[in-house]
Amino acid sequence: MRRGPSAFNRLSIALGMVFLYAPMALLVLYSFNAGRLVTVWSGFSTRWYVALLHDAQMLEAVWMTLRVGLISATLATLLGLLAAFALTRSGRFRGQTLLSGMVYAPLVLPEVILGLALLLLFVSLGLPRGFWTVTLGHTTLTLCYATVVIQARLSSVDPSLEEAAQDLGCTPLRAFLSVTLPIIAPAVAAAWMLALTLSFDDLVIASFTSGPGATTLPMRLYSQIRLGVNPEVNAISTLMLGVVGLGVGIAYLIQRRMRTRSS
Amino acid sequence: MDTGPDRAVTSKPHVGAVRSGFAPWEDPQARPLVRFEAVTKRFDGEIAVDAASLDIHEREFFALLGPSGCGKTTLMRMLAGFETPDEGRILLDGQDIAGLPPHRRPVHMMFQSYALFPHLSVARNVAFGLRAQGLGKREITDRVEEMLALVKLEGMGGRKPHQLSGGQRQRVALARAIAPKPRILLLDEPLAALDRKLREDTQFELMGLQHSLGMTFLIVTHDREEAMVVADRIAVMRAGRIAQVGRPAEVYEAPANRYVADFIGDVNLFEGRVEAAEGGVVRLGSPEAPQGFTGFVETSHAIGSQAWIAVRPEKMRLHLDPPPAGPNRLGGRVADIGYLGDWTTYVVEVAPGRTVRAACANTARTVERPIARDDAIWLTFAPDAGVVLVE
Repeated sequence: MRRGPSAFNRLSIALGMVFLYAPMALLVLYSFNAGRLVTVWSGFSTRWYVALLHDAQMLEAVWMTLRVGLISATLATLLGLLAAFALTRSGRFRGQTLLSGMVYAPLVLPEVILGLALLLLFVSLGLPRGFWTVTLGHTTLTLCYATVVIQARLSSVDPSLEEAAQDLGCTPLRAFLSVTLPIIAPAVAAAWMLALTLSFDDLVIASFTSGPGATTLPMRLYSQIRLGVNPEVNAISTLMLGVVGLGVGIAYLIQRRMRTRSS
Repeated sequence: MDTGPDRAVTSKPHVGAVRSGFAPWEDPQARPLVRFEAVTKRFDGEIAVDAASLDIHEREFFALLGPSGCGKTTLMRMLAGFETPDEGRILLDGQDIAGLPPHRRPVHMMFQSYALFPHLSVARNVAFGLRAQGLGKREITDRVEEMLALVKLEGMGGRKPHQLSGGQRQRVALARAIAPKPRILLLDEPLAALDRKLREDTQFELMGLQHSLGMTFLIVTHDREEAMVVADRIAVMRAGRIAQVGRPAEVYEAPANRYVADFIGDVNLFEGRVEAAEGGVVRLGSPEAPQGFTGFVETSHAIGSQAWIAVRPEKMRLHLDPPPAGPNRLGGRVADIGYLGDWTTYVVEVAPGRTVRAACANTARTVERPIARDDAIWLTFAPDAGVVLVE
């Protein structure tokens, strides 16, 4: 038995990794640059991180992003739970394939189109654009991801578990809360993490659906970059990378634990 | 058990053995615990249960037996409340339970997959129904201990289901279902996942448990041996209909039709026309045997009508020398021999392409004249060993 990849495979992996991560590594590196010029290294410093703390506009955007993310992720997870439940537990019905296809469609739908559609909806409803429209937009965006994650877990749960709970005296709601929900809890948590992460780094939907006074962090960054890149942007981007990386990592760990427990 | 007024002693021989005088179904005054009244269920227009009527009595061990897809599980799930009958009624203690959802029915089910809650310990699984009933903490702990001792799982309360063997999981599922003291316990293929040896032991344990608890059990199974071993009475089902209800010995020795005869064990069927009927014995003329066949019959048959004689292989007698001429006599050649240790099955070709099975218990360790393939052989059976069937 040969161990490890061959020289050719090693080279391909290395090339792939460089391609994927070199830009980010550069970004992280220059966020610690002492000088003002983004492309010239002039010593290590954390001054741009300190500067961030005093940038009220940037902090305001962070707070906005956080609120949008938390609320939309929670809404999307709740709706996703309901959708996943309906799709896995209502048995075969007419149009089931079409319905599940429609739930997944936004996964491949261009975000620009989704953003435009949302904008048209909000305008025609006469909703003032701002915090809530961005939150609703992000709920729409992340709902299908949450549904996919929860449905994958729910479909592997023996439906007779819930029947057994009802048989032993639980109402359908109590059977769900005391048996099904604890079993699928890791998937629900993973779905929430994923939705939060997606909301954090979305620029397109937010640009279409936000209004004055509701600027999310990615929007703030984008508008700053158009004025010229400064190391402060690098610093906040590095922090965002860290948060998103952490979120994805936690979601992965939860799902892995779920798999080892169920096997 | 009092079975009502004394019945006249009949000269009719008993079919099979009678178990301990427990026969509430023979008492016309007795009120059944569960009554299915012409229950019909359709799934997307396909009929699953077809006008099934059944009575199950208090403290009875009742089996629903049939091949997969015969509607036995659907019938049981309607009693548990997971399916609703399209027509007919289900009575529990004389009350129509149509309006009761599953969680309000005093009926508990042991699922085929066991359906143990994977996130709860063994003790919490067993306590589940008791908690739902709102019993006190002390009471629950005591009852759980009692149940675990009953199924021989003392000290296992802290384990999770995935840390148990298949047999242990089966016991937890059983303990969980009987802990809240249901009026009737439903067992859906409870032993299907166990290996043969464990299954046989568990069958006897189930019987012992049912007897000592004095509980009513309804088991659904496709395994006829399992049904025969555990049950007081068996309902044989076919395509949504109940083909016959009776004691194990009755369905085996006096099957109601060819389907039941064939489903409950091996059977040899001989077709013919009724020539005479006297004293419970019918004579059939048939091209297969020179002097025809005789068989036991309960109902009368018109002379000349078509009928079948069903004879179990173990009721066939083998002769190496030609027996005296008479009815129930067939000659042939040994085509195959299946040696099972305790039994040997002989497949005898009595006409080109037509075989008859005969089974002999190997009561001695050695035989003087062993039977070999291609030996010429004669088969006979007693005048009332066969049963006359018309369906």
